[in-house]
Amino acid sequence: MSKYSMHLLVCGGTGCKSRQSDLIAQRLTKELSKQGLEETVQVIMTGCFGFCEKGPIVKVMPDNTFYTQVKPEDAEEIVEEHVIKGRKVKHLLYTEPETRLHKKQIRIALRNCGMIDPEAIDEYIARDGYQALGEVLTNQIPEETIELMKASGLRGRGGAGFPTGLKWDLARKNEADQKYVVCNADEGDPGAFMDRSILEGDPHSVLEAMAIVGRCIGADMGYIYIRAEYPLAIERLKIAISQARAYGLLGKDIMGTGFNFDIDLKYGAGAFVCGEETALIHSMEGERGEPTLKPPFPAESGYLGKPTNVNNVETLANVPVIILKGAAWFSSIGTKTSKGTKVFALAGKINNVGLIEVPMGTTLREVIFEIGGGIRNGKKFKAVQTGGPSGGCLTEKHLDTPIDYENLVANGSMMGSGGMIIMDEDDCMVSIAKYYLDFTVEESCGKCAPCRIGNKRLHELLERICEGKGEESDLVRLRNLGEVIKDTSLCGLGQSSPNPVLSTMDNFLDEYLAHVVDKKCPSGVCTGLLEYFIIEENCTGCTACARACPVGAISGERKEPHLINPDTCIKCGACLEKCKFDAVILI
Amino acid sequence: MEKIKSLVDLKKIRDEKITGLQAREKGESSENLVLVKVAMATCGIASGAKDTMEFMIEELEKRGVDALVTRTGCMGYCYAEPTIEVTLPDSEPVVFGGVNPAKADEIIEKYIKGGELVNGIIPVNYETIESKE
Repeated sequence: MSKYSMHLLVCGGTGCKSRQSDLIAQRLTKELSKQGLEETVQVIMTGCFGFCEKGPIVKVMPDNTFYTQVKPEDAEEIVEEHVIKGRKVKHLLYTEPETRLHKKQIRIALRNCGMIDPEAIDEYIARDGYQALGEVLTNQIPEETIELMKASGLRGRGGAGFPTGLKWDLARKNEADQKYVVCNADEGDPGAFMDRSILEGDPHSVLEAMAIVGRCIGADMGYIYIRAEYPLAIERLKIAISQARAYGLLGKDIMGTGFNFDIDLKYGAGAFVCGEETALIHSMEGERGEPTLKPPFPAESGYLGKPTNVNNVETLANVPVIILKGAAWFSSIGTKTSKGTKVFALAGKINNVGLIEVPMGTTLREVIFEIGGGIRNGKKFKAVQTGGPSGGCLTEKHLDTPIDYENLVANGSMMGSGGMIIMDEDDCMVSIAKYYLDFTVEESCGKCAPCRIGNKRLHELLERICEGKGEESDLVRLRNLGEVIKDTSLCGLGQSSPNPVLSTMDNFLDEYLAHVVDKKCPSGVCTGLLEYFIIEENCTGCTACARACPVGAISGERKEPHLINPDTCIKCGACLEKCKFDAVILI
Repeated sequence: MEKIKSLVDLKKIRDEKITGLQAREKGESSENLVLVKVAMATCGIASGAKDTMEFMIEELEKRGVDALVTRTGCMGYCYAEPTIEVTLPDSEPVVFGGVNPAKADEIIEKYIKGGELVNGIIPVNYETIESKE
């Protein structure tokens, strides 16, 4: 059907484009038409190959030849040698094993997202859906399944990384007349959306896993605690639950094994603290969403005082695959302490904003500069915030650290739920810390004083510094207060809330010092510390700025250079906007 | 819907569905069935995936293409929403990014009707649980 017998795919990802892949495509097209091949060979621009390190990339189809680091002047040779003579251009050929190319990502938790219709249970079943549940119910005793989960090394994907098999074991061992399975779908980290994507793209995988947990711990009822602001995920879950019930995969006597299990939804109002399991359980009970001291752990006394097992969405999405493919398969992926993969949501100043799933142990460099396509607009990478408001920022020196639970903590951050916010040279780290504190102050439930009052004070100190009213002693106060909040808060929210401040102080103390000592914001973000200034040579004395200034801070004769009085200036920026001669600058 | 009464039952249903899907994919159920999946998670819908899906359904029918357009979840390419995956008979699936109705029109005319690739393909950059041994 196609008139073309060969395609040259040129990577049009931002990384490759910045290295002239546009020009490569142009020159390939030109050379092809010169050789009279424009009717048989087609040049196509593609999206990012996730291999920017070796870009620009040209892939020849159908023979799957992969050329890397191609330059515009190589275009003639590719056409001449490869297209016409059928000989591969050796010096451009990718020499490492072909498999390395696609190895950067493995989709386990996201296996069905974007593959199946989430509203059609048959498509899930066709991809081995509910087979793991069948296996567990028919061929395993709960202890075996728990041992398998322990051996797989799966750890909680919602934050702290508690071993999943062990969690189930604890809930199993607590005897009670009624137990509960809870799925924590209260995804609260700003910038994290993997749980929503899994629920929207593959809801049955979570339902199946919950039933498996129910079998293992001895529960016949499960609840999904989901924020009401995820309406599409809720709708698809409802459809999935009713389809599973219709097939008898939820309800009484599942697959003729005598096992009963059903699932219902509980809606959250979107409070960050309700991601903490004790607060979540209180919210489910209709109480205020406030945490309580552990112990007792939910495994002993959870929902309605009964043993309850709480797992996060992404954790659950891994479960059916582990059961079907085995613990050894799963634990062959990842690092010594962190097995399997992790889904990350890339956001911020990165080219390929999106959802990725990489084996544990992948480096930040691979995530940001290869899969993520590097920093937008060719700017310089400054830091990446992992673990949301509870995490910390990692910098250039951490780029080659393999990502796993332990390494992130050792470097002052944490896995969290997997949001990664990438910052470039234009971001002010003091403002970033302030932004996260804004969030924590807003989300603190107010139950304990260190979190309620301490974070507020921490925020005030940061505000002062950003306004240029900070003193050097404030930095000591920040650190001391931060440490105290960490040590004395009741729950995970308070215990981790100072992390963004402490980690930015560890890594970017020079920026803090610039704010308090020099009264400058090196990135030019904190308006309180900026000064508008007129460059004499550029100023034509057109008076446009003086007329625009709402407070009369600009003086000067017509056709003479003007001057801004910094004491009167309110830093509104009107002069900068009006100036046609680039005479007004911000320093 | 009949209840699934055992693991054997489930396996039987799975195999039937797989055969059905494969037949569909291989074009056995119809000579030239084209499969189109539209990524319809919140992010895709916010970027206009509903318009893309409607356009695809209406236009493919109008233009006489035997096609099955289905919804699916997030493919992970937020930077290139709306995204769609097109599987022509006897071909590997191809993912296209940035598919607004104009792009969808180009894809129908050039790729679906003519088998000719168009700009905006997103290369597969991950392994699946099937490929990872």
